[in-house]
Amino acid sequence: MSAKKKGKNPAKTAVKEEKKIAAKLIPIYIMGKRYEVPEGLTIMKAMEYAGYVLIRGCGCRGGTCGACGTVYRKPGDYKLQVALACQKTVEPDMYMAQIPFFPANRAQYEFTELTSAPEEVFKLYPELFRCVACNACTKACPQGIEVMDAIAALKQGNIAEAARLSFDCIQCGLCTSRCFGELAQYHMFQLARRIYGAKILPRAEHLAEMVGTINEGRYDQILDELKHVKEDELKKLYQEREAEPMTAGEDWKPKDTRYL
Amino acid sequence: MSLAYYPGCTLKTKARNLEEPAVASMEVLGLKLDEVPRWNCCGAVYSLAEDDLIHQVAPVRNLIRVKKQGKTELVTLCAFCFNTLKRANLLMREDVEKRDTLNDFIDEGIDYSGEVKVVHLLEVLKDEIGWEALSQKVKLPLRELKAAPYYGCTLLRPREIAIDSVEAPTILGEFLKALGASPVDFPESTRCCGSYQVVSSPDDISEYARPILNSALSHGAEALVLTCPLCDYNLGRGQKELMKKHSEFKGMPLFYFTQLLALALGLGPQVCHFGLNYGSPESLLREKDLLS
Repeated sequence: MSAKKKGKNPAKTAVKEEKKIAAKLIPIYIMGKRYEVPEGLTIMKAMEYAGYVLIRGCGCRGGTCGACGTVYRKPGDYKLQVALACQKTVEPDMYMAQIPFFPANRAQYEFTELTSAPEEVFKLYPELFRCVACNACTKACPQGIEVMDAIAALKQGNIAEAARLSFDCIQCGLCTSRCFGELAQYHMFQLARRIYGAKILPRAEHLAEMVGTINEGRYDQILDELKHVKEDELKKLYQEREAEPMTAGEDWKPKDTRYL
Repeated sequence: MSLAYYPGCTLKTKARNLEEPAVASMEVLGLKLDEVPRWNCCGAVYSLAEDDLIHQVAPVRNLIRVKKQGKTELVTLCAFCFNTLKRANLLMREDVEKRDTLNDFIDEGIDYSGEVKVVHLLEVLKDEIGWEALSQKVKLPLRELKAAPYYGCTLLRPREIAIDSVEAPTILGEFLKALGASPVDFPESTRCCGSYQVVSSPDDISEYARPILNSALSHGAEALVLTCPLCDYNLGRGQKELMKKHSEFKGMPLFYFTQLLALALGLGPQVCHFGLNYGSPESLLREKDLLS
């Protein structure tokens, strides 16, 4: 990039001015201590701005790993709020702390020996029945999952429904931190999704057929030929291949149908 | 016409033989059972501690969801769920202070003060269909079947929520009569099966079951008719242990009342899931020519 020359590029000047505006500082409270941080930062970036070096409680920084569960309150509101530190931008006067980890026992099991019976979950996580339907878990979920409903589904032996409801769970553990019955919801949901995926969801027949066709050797010859093609020839083959058009319908087929 | 219906967790797992024949039968009788959206556990047992409000949250939340469903009556099937839900409902009707505390805590967006009427399916059959109309729908009368109605506790006690006379209930007997069976009255029909006591003292299970089963047998019953999965568990396992201890002890099949209902309405044995029952009820039914 040659953007080091000063004052020549009007776009660059605009960016500079924007930065100036973004530099407005707002007060936040991290574990009770006041810091002034630039508004518009995520909680995670604000913590780093304030001097924290995060070696735990940060992972993907993209809202999917569940490492940065955060709780906060605003003055004058008794409601506890939750967020992922990497997703939520700071607000003035937030009082917050991260809960990057919350102790929750994960049951030990040999997955291949499990069946899809509801009792598998009951046996591994008997505390399931300590739920009192207080709904604190649902309120604590930064992913908006109906956590209590998913727990109810497990009690009713409906593993498929629990898997469906908990699909967006990123295992941050905030539900577990709030549970009156001391359940480890997110581990139970993981078990439900595993059982659902491996033992309830119907197998894709066409996949098994295709694997069979591959094993029978239908593609051995062409793959072998490709392996021995020179680099230039391979590039040419790739560039000249017939690509599926963007607008192709379900019934589209390539001209060469030998390998369909 | 559809009725708001609360199944309960056990009916979805161990006691599908209580639920599925009921749902199929009610469809035939023209009253569709419409499951309450997003129902959760009823609380399993009504908490007797005066200040233990947290254990009222589960039943009350269910009742609020019935109200949200736009229904004024809730049909229950499991006798234990009936008991828990109806008593929690009574609390919401009568105790203003606790009602406010619970409404504040439950936070469902609407307030609840016990508007929903909690009933048991037997009451629906009696009051909304009627024994006479029911008997006219019977395709396979259960003639010759000497069935003893067993009430247990939770449909009748405490008095404030009882579906019938606490001392001398007749509703199950009238139901059986409407199906063409011969109900057998016996004095232990409202004696407790041991309830959750068997969790802390599992060895006593046969001692709870013994007087009930002996009394029914000595009055000539061939089978017991139940409304509750916990009674079924206790009397079923209790029988097994009695047979182990006393070789002369003769057990008897246990039926859910809904299984006999479906059978009499001609819905066939498939919907009844007799495989989930204690022992082998099908041999008795075959003997009585009730299995096609």
